[in-house]
Amino acid sequence: MSVLVYTESENGKFKKNAFEAASYAKEVASLLGTSAIAITFNAHDNESLGENGISKVLKVSNEQLKTFNAKAFASVIAQAVEKENAKVVIVSSSADTKFMVPILAARLKAGYAPNVVAAPESIEPFTVKRTAFSNKGFAHTQINTDIKIVGVSNNAFGQIENKVDIEIEDFSPNIDDSSFLMKSIEVDKVVGKATIADADIVVSGGRGLKGPENWGMIEELAEVLGAATACSKPVSDLGWRPHGEHVGQTGKPVASNLYIAIGISGAIQHLAGVSASKTKVVINTDPEAPFFRAADYGIVGDAFEVVPKLIEKLKDFKAQNT
Amino acid sequence: MKILVCISNVPDTTSKINFADGDTKFDTNGVQFVINPNDEFGLTRAMWFKEKQGSTVHVATVGEVSVEPTLRKALAIGADEAIRINAVPTDGLFVAQQLAEVVKNGQYDLVIAGRESIDYNGGMVPGMLATLLDVNFVNTCIGLEIEEDEEDKVTAIREIDGGKETLATTLPLVVGGQKGLVEESELRIPNMRGIMMARKKALNVVEPIDAIQGTEDKKFEKPAPKGTVKLVDSDKIEELIDLLHNEAKVI
Repeated sequence: MSVLVYTESENGKFKKNAFEAASYAKEVASLLGTSAIAITFNAHDNESLGENGISKVLKVSNEQLKTFNAKAFASVIAQAVEKENAKVVIVSSSADTKFMVPILAARLKAGYAPNVVAAPESIEPFTVKRTAFSNKGFAHTQINTDIKIVGVSNNAFGQIENKVDIEIEDFSPNIDDSSFLMKSIEVDKVVGKATIADADIVVSGGRGLKGPENWGMIEELAEVLGAATACSKPVSDLGWRPHGEHVGQTGKPVASNLYIAIGISGAIQHLAGVSASKTKVVINTDPEAPFFRAADYGIVGDAFEVVPKLIEKLKDFKAQNT
Repeated sequence: MKILVCISNVPDTTSKINFADGDTKFDTNGVQFVINPNDEFGLTRAMWFKEKQGSTVHVATVGEVSVEPTLRKALAIGADEAIRINAVPTDGLFVAQQLAEVVKNGQYDLVIAGRESIDYNGGMVPGMLATLLDVNFVNTCIGLEIEEDEEDKVTAIREIDGGKETLATTLPLVVGGQKGLVEESELRIPNMRGIMMARKKALNVVEPIDAIQGTEDKKFEKPAPKGTVKLVDSDKIEELIDLLHNEAKVI
């Protein structure tokens, strides 16, 4: 038996969550006294997974799988599970992975615990801690099935250095043609800019910014920090910013290292959605804004004065520290 | 086109979350339950298909009798019939198996379920359901057009990290829906006529089938309370940068 991890890549390059998932898989494998095996799709530099404790890679190289296809990927991973007699499967929390994993779980009749934030609390029974109630709580979830699937939250367990010898094996699974009854027609994706899911820093604006014409300074601040931009629900509902930027309970969750909220008062749904971020900064004119009670650092002040100054000082800081 | 919208009965988004019975259960005391927001966007899109393309819309949920007000609300919004599978929705795999049985028996062409419920956040029911039924599946769907003809062509847009992807497929289909399927402003509040009519619509109760339960939430906890915010004077922004660099170590 073994632990299998799906390590996600984009254009051949592993995503940050791949190394986090690999680190988690190694931890589980150690607890079970077995090894951690990764499955990769058209990825370069497979050896790099050895840094995080992966001792074997099943390397899939296939033109048909260059574009993500949830059903096809699930089918390949299911074949890898069988081949390696994997009892625990580790996956990340990206949008593509969350699309694919339920398909895999139903195929394997496997219990699936998503949004897991820490190493298993116990192996027998297999229990993990995960977020629930949209980050307003945690659940300690027991997985009862023979094969278990654990979805690791972004930026929760972290990457752990654990260098081991690694073996790369070419893996040629059967490709199920029925997967391609669903065709990707067009992908419209921002290039060269951090996304909310992957960014270390997220800069977010609320209704306090008064209108979409004032987002220039939010974008500039994000650019200086290499951050993704986000917004509150009212801002997206008003059409000031695209839906994809809406963060909160009914939008995207944020689990960045730093979250900067500008002109966002901090409704309970918003605070829930961003609570997994490690450090939160709030800039708001109203000292009574609920966000001040959920933040680490705060500035009471007018965003239109504070943000330009912050951009200027950060540029100075970056100039001195690079 | 026959549509099934799968609904989850969840605490209102403004709810404070507490746990009871030694932190083994969600404390429903004083909590207002609503249609799961991701499901409500799907239901509203289904109403659009009903009005524009003459579709039939049923709603289903797995739950005990206490969830019926939420199903009645869906009927008041305009669904034609409701189905309650009489079981406690223990985990996603269990729920997906129950719903698969309903879909098979009801011969639905399109199933819309929210991409995740805002309470247990499993995010797995739509994908599992599609797989158990062996039909096409689109998750995090933010756009859905269906041409009802011999080919039943579907164009679906799904949200991806950092953008969107357009997919082409055909019916039958399961969709994991969310905001974007319709706009927030298009959501409907049931009117008096809808509420009156909903009383007369069928709410069928079916017994669950034997099914596997994959996971079990044994215990819950609330997040640790946050420490006090450190306020920085708006004239001393460099102090904030210093704190972020040296104390929080995030820049």
